[in-house]
Amino acid sequence: MELFDNLLMGFSVALTLENLAYCLLGCLLGTLIGVLPGIGPVPTIAMLLPITYVLPPTAGLIMLAGIYYGAAYGGSTTAILVALPGETSAVVTVLDGHQMARNGRAGAALAIAALGSFFAGCVTTFLIAGFAPPLAELAFKFGPAEYFSLMVLGLIGAVVLASGSLPKAICMIFLGLLLGMVGTDVNSGVARYDFGIPELQDGIDFAVVAMGVFGFAEIMTNLELRDQRVDLTDKVGQLYPNKQEFKEAWPAVVRGTALGSALGILPGGGAVLSSFASYTLEKKLSKEPERFGKGHPAGVAGPESANNSGSQASFIPLLTLGIPGNAVTALMIGAMTIHNIQPGPQVMTSHPELFWGLIVSMWIGNLMLIILNLPLIGLWVKLLTVPYRILFPAILVFCTIGVYSLNYNVFDIWVTAAFGLVGYIWVKLKCEGAPLLLGLVLGPMMEENFRRALLLARGDYSTFVTRPLSLSLLVLAVLLVVLVALPSVKAKREEAFVEEG
Amino acid sequence: MNIRIKNQQDFWSGVMFVLIGVGFALGATKYSMGTAARMGPGYFPFWLGTCLAILGAFVALGATSKKTEETTVEKFDWAVVLILLGSVVLCGLLMNYLGVYISVFLLVFISSFASHVFNWKVAAITGICLALFVWAAFIEGLGLIFPLWPTFMG
Repeated sequence: MELFDNLLMGFSVALTLENLAYCLLGCLLGTLIGVLPGIGPVPTIAMLLPITYVLPPTAGLIMLAGIYYGAAYGGSTTAILVALPGETSAVVTVLDGHQMARNGRAGAALAIAALGSFFAGCVTTFLIAGFAPPLAELAFKFGPAEYFSLMVLGLIGAVVLASGSLPKAICMIFLGLLLGMVGTDVNSGVARYDFGIPELQDGIDFAVVAMGVFGFAEIMTNLELRDQRVDLTDKVGQLYPNKQEFKEAWPAVVRGTALGSALGILPGGGAVLSSFASYTLEKKLSKEPERFGKGHPAGVAGPESANNSGSQASFIPLLTLGIPGNAVTALMIGAMTIHNIQPGPQVMTSHPELFWGLIVSMWIGNLMLIILNLPLIGLWVKLLTVPYRILFPAILVFCTIGVYSLNYNVFDIWVTAAFGLVGYIWVKLKCEGAPLLLGLVLGPMMEENFRRALLLARGDYSTFVTRPLSLSLLVLAVLLVVLVALPSVKAKREEAFVEEG
Repeated sequence: MNIRIKNQQDFWSGVMFVLIGVGFALGATKYSMGTAARMGPGYFPFWLGTCLAILGAFVALGATSKKTEETTVEKFDWAVVLILLGSVVLCGLLMNYLGVYISVFLLVFISSFASHVFNWKVAAITGICLALFVWAAFIEGLGLIFPLWPTFMG
C-alpha cells in the first residue's frame, strides 16, 4: 500500500527528536495563546514567521501548524472553565461546556472536548493522507486559466462562508490584491507603487500586515474595554465522563468530525464555521433539544470535534493546490515561500518528507495535546489571571522584535505601526482583515496566472470560460455569491452569525 | 437634496474603498499598460483599482438606501492609538542608536500608559523582565543579530 509507505515515511520524519521538539513547542505555544484572550493564532504565527528562517523548513512548518491546532485546543479549555472563549472557534463551546462546568462536570466536559478533538484529528489525518494525492493529481492538469479561476473561487468561497457584509469583504479582497501589487513586477522589472522608497521595492511583507492589522489593532480595541475578569470555576472535578455522558457524546463526535472535514476542505470553512454548523446540527437531531444550552455533552463534543477536523482539513487545499482558505493557511503559504518551497501540487513530489512529515506531525501533535493538557489544566487556568496590562506590552515587544528581524530594518516597524492604525480604523468600520490577508498573499500569484493565461490565449478573455475546468470553477464561484445574496439564505446566514458577535 | 446616511460604517468604508481604488488606478497609469495578450505592469493593478472603486461606490450608495440597517461608527480612542503606535514608532527610531534593550524597555514602559490601570512599578518591572526575555530568547537562544547597546557606548 502506497498510502502506508507514505505514512511510514511521515512517521520517520515527524519522530526525529528535532521535529518532535518543535511540534511540542508549537502545541504549547498554541495552547498558551489559545488560553490567553486577546491574542490569536494569526498574529502569533506572523510573529514567529521570521524565526522560522533559522529552522529547517519541515521543523518550521510543523511548529506553525502546532500553534494553529493548539490554539483551538486552548481556546476550548477557557471556554469551558471561565466562559471566555480564547478563540472564535470555541465560542459555541461556551454554551454547553460552561454549563457542564457549573453543574460540577467541568472535568468531564474537558475530557469530552479533548477526546473528541483527538478522534477528529486522527480521522482527518488519514483523510488528508488519502485525499491529497488524487487532488494533487488533478491539480497537475491545471493550466494558468484554471489556476486563476481556482483562486477566484477560493477567494469568493472564503468571504461567502465567513461572517460580515459580503460586498465589504469582497472590497477587502481587492484591497489585499492591490497591496500585493506593491513592489517589483516580476515580468518587467518595474517597481510599482514604491513612492521611491527602496524598502517598498521588495513588496509589503504579509507578516507586517498581519501583525499590524491583527496584532496591534486588536490590542487597541481590547484596551478600550476595561479589564473584564470572570470568576473561575475552581473545581475541575472528575476527569472522566460517566457512561451516560459518553453515550450521548460519541455520536456527536463522529458527526462533528464528518462535518468539520467536509467544511474544512472548502475555502473559508475551517474551524469557526464547522463548530457553529455542528452545534446547530446536534440541536436539530437531538430528541431533547431543550437540554442544549444547559450542559448537554453533545453540545461540547460535536463542535469541538468539528473545529479540530475543520482546522486540519483546511490544510488539504493548502498542501495540494497551494490555495489558502483562511488567514492562518495564508501565513503558512508565506512560510513555505520563505523557504523557497513553491506551494502547489508539486510539493508532494518535490518535498515528500515535508508533506508527509507535516501530516503525521499533526496526529502526533494531537496526541501530545491530550497527554499534556489534561494534567496541566490547572496551570493554564492560572495563566488567565495574568492581567492584560502586563500582557499587551509583551505582545507589542514580540511583534516589534519579530518585524525587525524580518529584514533587520526599522522601516518594517514603521510600516507595521501604519497598518496598526489602518487596522484600527477597519475595526471601527467593521471591515474584516482576513480577506485582505488572503488577497495579499494570492495577489502576485493571481496576476502571474492571469497574465500567462491571456498570453497563451493571445489576449482572448473567453479562455476563462471556454476551458471546461476553468468554466466550472467560475460557475461555482458565481453560484456561491448568488446563493448567499438570495434573501432567504441571507436571513439564515445573518441569524447563524448573530451568536458569534 | 438631503440624503440621510443610515449605515455610517458602510458609507465610510465605501468612501475609503473608492478613494483607494481610484488612487491605485491613477497610479497604474504611470506604468505601461500593454495589451491583454502582452500586459504591461500597469494593466492588472489598473483594473483591480477600477473594480475596487466601483464596488466601493456600491457599498457607499447602499448605505444610504432606506432598507439598510442603521449603524454608527464608534468613537475613536485616539489617546490609546497615539500612545501605543507612538511607542512602537519610537522604538523603531531608537533601535539603531540606543540598542535593543533600552528600546524594548522604553516600548514597554511608554505603552503601559495606554492601560486604564497604570502603575510605575509594574510598568518598570515588566519592562526589565521583557528586556531580559529578549536577551535570553532572541539574542542568546535564536542568535538574532541586533544592535545591543547605545552606539556612543561603543
